[in-house]
Amino acid sequence: MTKTWNNRAWFLVLPVLLLVAFNAIIPLMTVVNYSVQETFGNNLFFLEGTKWYQDVLTSSRFHASLLRQFTFTFIILAIEIPLGVAIALTMPRSGPWVSVCLVLMALPLLIPWNVVGAMWNIMALPDIGLLGYGLNKLGIPYNFTRQPFAAWFTVVLMDVWHWTSLVVLLAYAGLRSIPEAYYQAAKIDGASRWSVFRYIQLPKMNRVLTIAVLLRFMDSFMIYTEPFVLTGGGPGNATTFLSIDLVKAALGEFNLGIAAAMSIIYFLITLLVSWIFYTLMMRGDEQ
Amino acid sequence: MLDLTWMAWTWQTATFFIVILALLCAMTAWEWASPGGGPRHGILGLDTTRGDRLFISLLGSAFIHLGWLGMTDLPLWGGTILSLVYAFAVFRWV
Repeated sequence: MTKTWNNRAWFLVLPVLLLVAFNAIIPLMTVVNYSVQETFGNNLFFLEGTKWYQDVLTSSRFHASLLRQFTFTFIILAIEIPLGVAIALTMPRSGPWVSVCLVLMALPLLIPWNVVGAMWNIMALPDIGLLGYGLNKLGIPYNFTRQPFAAWFTVVLMDVWHWTSLVVLLAYAGLRSIPEAYYQAAKIDGASRWSVFRYIQLPKMNRVLTIAVLLRFMDSFMIYTEPFVLTGGGPGNATTFLSIDLVKAALGEFNLGIAAAMSIIYFLITLLVSWIFYTLMMRGDEQ
Repeated sequence: MLDLTWMAWTWQTATFFIVILALLCAMTAWEWASPGGGPRHGILGLDTTRGDRLFISLLGSAFIHLGWLGMTDLPLWGGTILSLVYAFAVFRWV
């Protein structure tokens, strides 16, 4: 029997294509256009060629922001992925507590990002905040507005609190999709708890964990609102991540050309790392 | 006529996007004229289709150009030639 191909189905993709064109492709084209020009406002532009790219690529400020961004993302992934999987493993698989756990886990995800930043700002204040005051009372000197380490600790803690739930929910969905027969077979074989995790649960969670790592990578790599509200990029430039630096260049200093070149480089790095993650994980999945 | 002045077009950037669009059209025409863009196992150990190889070529070329700009003061055409060689290698062996 010959298979019938109907390419007219591609027309169904058109609305999505239009949507992507208006919210992604056209703005991206505009940013590319800005990245090779200088403007002083009033819609007047002067061609500068690749000067902004050279400036950004050789700028120590950009290198420092990029390093901070990668460090932050690495720390976030190293904490949130194992922690999320560990919490998902401890969650009940059936019964009334399932709903309670799911709602509790979903709560941090429902809070707007600027509110999360404001909440943690208040909580971490050294003189009145629960966290700040508590740590100081315990004899641990803590002031996130003055100590870079304390600022990093607070930003990381805030992100872990806000986003680990997403990993938990995805990992839990992956765990729930494993048929009971796998566990029964493992029990018959006398498999240890670790073996069940290593050879049944982890491979079965591979796909959802791929999505979790990708989402968390992209999101933490582009983080802006929460650290901006919490620390404003400080103390000094200690928590000035790429996005905060980008906004400073674009809106604070009105260096649209430099900001556009920085955006394109930022976009390309995100695209490259996401592609590497995706390829490695899909390759592992195929093997 | 649609006013696109807010997008601050230059002929250089317009050419860049037209080339990308032409590449996509050429790939579509190639697949239509000679189907066979199924995954192939290349030297990187990846299964790639023609579209994947175009993506790898374009992304790699972007980084070659950035590296060229960041590390040398030579004309950017050097980076473009290197990118073409890279793209050829990707389509041939990856």
